[in-house]
Amino acid sequence: MSATTTRAAGRDTLEVVRRRPGRTRATTEERVFAVLRWALIAALVLVTAFPFYYMLLLSFVPIESLLLSPSRLWFGLETLTVETYRTVLASADDGGQGFGLFLRNSALVALATVAVTILVAIPGAYAVSRLPFPGRRQVSTLFLAVYLFPTVVLAVPLFIAFARLGLQSSLVGLMLVYVVQTVPVSIHMLRTYFATIPASIEEAAAIDGAGRVATLRRVVLPLAMPSITSTGLYVFMIAWNEFLFALLFLSAQPDRWTVSLGLAQLSNGIEVPKTVLMAGSVILTVPIVLLYGLAERALTEGLTSGADKG
Amino acid sequence: MSAPTAVRPTPAAPPPPRQGIARRNSRDGLAMVLPTVVIVVAVVVVPVLWNVVLAFQDLTLLEVRDAGIFESLSLANFTEVLTGSGFWQALLNTVVYSVLSTAGSIALGLLAALALRRPFPGRGAVRALLLLPYVAPVVAVAFTWKTMLNPQFGVLNAWGTSYLGWDEPVDFLGRAPYAMATVIAFEIWRYFPFAFMFITARLLAVPKEIEEAATVDGTTLLQRFRYVVLPQLLPVVALLSVLRLIMTFNKFDDVYLLTGGGAGTEISAVRVYDTLTGRFDVGGAAAQALVLSAFLAVALFCYVRFFVRKGGEES
Repeated sequence: MSATTTRAAGRDTLEVVRRRPGRTRATTEERVFAVLRWALIAALVLVTAFPFYYMLLLSFVPIESLLLSPSRLWFGLETLTVETYRTVLASADDGGQGFGLFLRNSALVALATVAVTILVAIPGAYAVSRLPFPGRRQVSTLFLAVYLFPTVVLAVPLFIAFARLGLQSSLVGLMLVYVVQTVPVSIHMLRTYFATIPASIEEAAAIDGAGRVATLRRVVLPLAMPSITSTGLYVFMIAWNEFLFALLFLSAQPDRWTVSLGLAQLSNGIEVPKTVLMAGSVILTVPIVLLYGLAERALTEGLTSGADKG
Repeated sequence: MSAPTAVRPTPAAPPPPRQGIARRNSRDGLAMVLPTVVIVVAVVVVPVLWNVVLAFQDLTLLEVRDAGIFESLSLANFTEVLTGSGFWQALLNTVVYSVLSTAGSIALGLLAALALRRPFPGRGAVRALLLLPYVAPVVAVAFTWKTMLNPQFGVLNAWGTSYLGWDEPVDFLGRAPYAMATVIAFEIWRYFPFAFMFITARLLAVPKEIEEAATVDGTTLLQRFRYVVLPQLLPVVALLSVLRLIMTFNKFDDVYLLTGGGAGTEISAVRVYDTLTGRFDVGGAAAQALVLSAFLAVALFCYVRFFVRKGGEES
């Protein structure tokens, strides 16, 4: 591949040397793309940021102002209100939408998912990256299969099985599904990181008399902490944002709704102003954006690890 | 995946025979991977197999609870699913939706990665911002889009009618040709960051020397992209295409939240959900899901066969 590339580039070079105009073409192109590049960056920033700005703005606007002037993108500070947030967060008894409870449910499920997933994925990733055991390749294929099947395929039998086991509309059942959805990708993220830890460090620990478990806990884990953090964050994000299984399993039990499900149900309700809906959206989004802001670097690096090898 | 690691010394004081180390390694490896395998088998493999059985039973939700596992097998679901007109339309919608969304998000992600390749003040902040649509909860952003596009008080229609001279507000999510386009646009918006992230990571590993040499030789920007940069990005683009195609093909939330499957956007995943929860037709839902995964498997097989082979011959 690289040989043909160089040859092609070489042929172009000859032509450029022979005909002077090539030089000017290069500079014109350079200038055009410099302009296009900034236009594209500006457009991308606008398109990505605008919906979030709009969400935030409307969440503070009284519904009357919105209906009166839907094209306005700025309202004076004095007209803004936090009544929408009070409505969303207050419990149902106080005439609110009960998002306080939903926040608790979402946090419980997401944190439990992170804990269990990491606990299961660390030894799994270590084994797949370090230990030759029979069936290692088949195991990797099996993990890949998780993402091959449409989630709706799993939804039908799980729906029935959980109903039989009494796990229907329970947060534990939901967590179990989230763990399965996140373990394979976690193993993948951790595995590529484990592979970068030199085996000689473990060997040194082994020579010093540390057993497998001690080596893993005292040597490998501290070294892999950055990767574990980013993996945990990603898992939290998936669990917090998930919607389909929450909808399938929990719809009948309003006191166990997650924020995503609560928000979706809120939108079905009649007489719920869009501004209240936007306040709910902000509440759902803020924890994720905060976490992401804290660890953006770690997350992107963890996710794309291995991608630079082509 | 790393190659099988060489046999290495063990902690035990008297060095045991090599056979023993290998056996211990494989025993430990199996033990450590076991929890994952158990969970995956219990919550994925068993349900998938059960789904196959369910597809051959013509039962409703209430009947299934009491029926035996292999009771009353029949092909009724499949004839019903395959001869129904809605199924094929939904499959066509799904293909259009997933192919266009995948292509669009990768193209936009590639453009974004190239535009942000050279450093400039504030690049880190712009990069972080561009990833937001991907990390933000789908329910929140879907409702924001819905509000933005609302014909009565959405900002887009308000601007369109007052500044852009639209005769009347456009019902972006409620009218046939627009709804599918909007849903695809949403999907591109939400997933171009994913492609952007991976292509950016790959761009970091592209050696600068060849490009510099080509610049000295007087090549134009486009030539350098076409002959130097793009060939090195193709593997990651191919990988992204497969990943995104699978993910989008199976996607449910985005369309369900935006249109509920109305106005010509009924994709297969939404149809399965409606069959299950709307009509309580477990067998029909399972049969549809089964046909879908079979379709996806065949499509993937062809894709890998065709493109991976071709790519292999090129390099």
